[in-house]
Amino acid sequence: MVNFLHDRQTLWLFGGILGVLVVATVVGQLLKLRRSNAVIDNLNARIRAWWVMSAVFALSLLTGGIGSVILFALLSFFALREFITLTPTRPADHGALFWVFFVITPLQYWLVAIQWYGLFAVLIPVYAFLFIPSRIAVSGDPERFLERSAKIQWGLMVCVYCVSHAPALLMLRIPSFEGKNARLLLFLVVVVQMSDVLQYVWGKVLGRHKIAPVISPSKTWEGFLGGVATATLLGAALWWATPFSRAQAAAMAFIITIMGFLGGLTMSAIKRDSGVKDYGSMIEGHGGVLDRIDSLCFAGPIFFHLTRYFFT
Amino acid sequence: MKRAIAAGVVGLARILAGGSVRCLECEFDSRQRIYFANHTSHLDFVLLWSALPRSLRALTRPVAARDYWDRAGLRRYLVANVFNAVLVERVAQTLLSVPAQAGVPVPHRKDPIEILLEGLGERHSLIIFPEGTRGNGVQLGPFRSGLYRLGKARPDVELVPVYIDNLNRVLPKGEFIPVPMLASVSFGAPMRVEVGEEKDPFLERARNAILELRRW
Repeated sequence: MVNFLHDRQTLWLFGGILGVLVVATVVGQLLKLRRSNAVIDNLNARIRAWWVMSAVFALSLLTGGIGSVILFALLSFFALREFITLTPTRPADHGALFWVFFVITPLQYWLVAIQWYGLFAVLIPVYAFLFIPSRIAVSGDPERFLERSAKIQWGLMVCVYCVSHAPALLMLRIPSFEGKNARLLLFLVVVVQMSDVLQYVWGKVLGRHKIAPVISPSKTWEGFLGGVATATLLGAALWWATPFSRAQAAAMAFIITIMGFLGGLTMSAIKRDSGVKDYGSMIEGHGGVLDRIDSLCFAGPIFFHLTRYFFT
Repeated sequence: MKRAIAAGVVGLARILAGGSVRCLECEFDSRQRIYFANHTSHLDFVLLWSALPRSLRALTRPVAARDYWDRAGLRRYLVANVFNAVLVERVAQTLLSVPAQAGVPVPHRKDPIEILLEGLGERHSLIIFPEGTRGNGVQLGPFRSGLYRLGKARPDVELVPVYIDNLNRVLPKGEFIPVPMLASVSFGAPMRVEVGEEKDPFLERARNAILELRRW
């Protein structure tokens, strides 16, 4: 499975990530030399975390498909743990939560691993959707029943179902692209994460007009437009690594960045409703796992289905 | 082997409950201490113990209920070999606080405080739960007198309040299998029984120290 070490395009993508990290680290250290404040310390903490995240992601790709499936399964698990922590469940939900964490989540990723698309697509929206309220009802506590069932289901959809579409890219059969699907996953993750980074950078440099100040004080129109434009250009520039033409790669990247933005905004709205700043503190400078993958949650399924519909 | 199992226990505790540890005015060193915490789950001491630096774990002995932990199999092994726990009878504690009823013979048992003082020895620290039984995770129950008696008997030992948040959702009362949920462990400033301090005001002060950590 390590064969794609011989895949020149993938190596170029890895090299590109490495180059960006080196440049970011140098810029971060230069900024720190010039003056030190909370924003720059946080920036450097984020860059350090990016090195770790990139290394973990690259290693998971090197193991072939199974490493990526396991990595995203763990991300789902930790993200769901953060989400459920903020959800006001009651003791009677314990049984349902056991199933959610220890049966449904592993099962969803097992379906990705064995590439059973049919069940993968309906396990959570159909089976889990009916199972969870039933299991809670069996426990016999009616207080805030609909709220509890709905929130657990929603967490499962966002943290597990949506995220599992990223490694599911590996199961797509794209003509004359066989064995190269890892690049598709790399394209999605690079574009969606760089879009976050570029929106952050544009926002810090030029940001004036806030989009939704109550929900996310750091999201500005300048950051959004600049980030979407540059991330779309980045996606177009990576067309050679994908099964897409230049224009198609740009369109895909555009949709990924828009979905990523909406994901970040939506997940922020939930945080504000729960009265917290971040979902967790697992990743230095970034917050929790869910803070880092919120945009991927929304971009992943749409990118998956567009690719599946138009290219397989 | 024991080390590997201890690392496994700590890893499992972090996977289930996260590794969030907050520390207010406290330093971790090998001074003898009694950590006293709110009690909402059988896993409380496991998480508190896991939150300590590794060098202190070997010196820190949780006080655990014999009827739950001294059972054949994994629990007894962990309690004896990994946690080095001090086991006490819960039944004996209630009998001590309730006057003997006519016709019910009071079993002759050692005073649990004696057992705890022995467990403390010259170099160990203890983890105790002064509420005695697990609460519902929302209210902090009244404290039993054990903490006061320990503090009086060993004025050289620091008493450290600890608040464990959200762990009751990981393993609620009556459940067997834990689910993942981010919990946190907050250590407060060390305190002592002041000279001449009476039992009730001290227990109130200790209880408030934990409530203070909850607000913070």
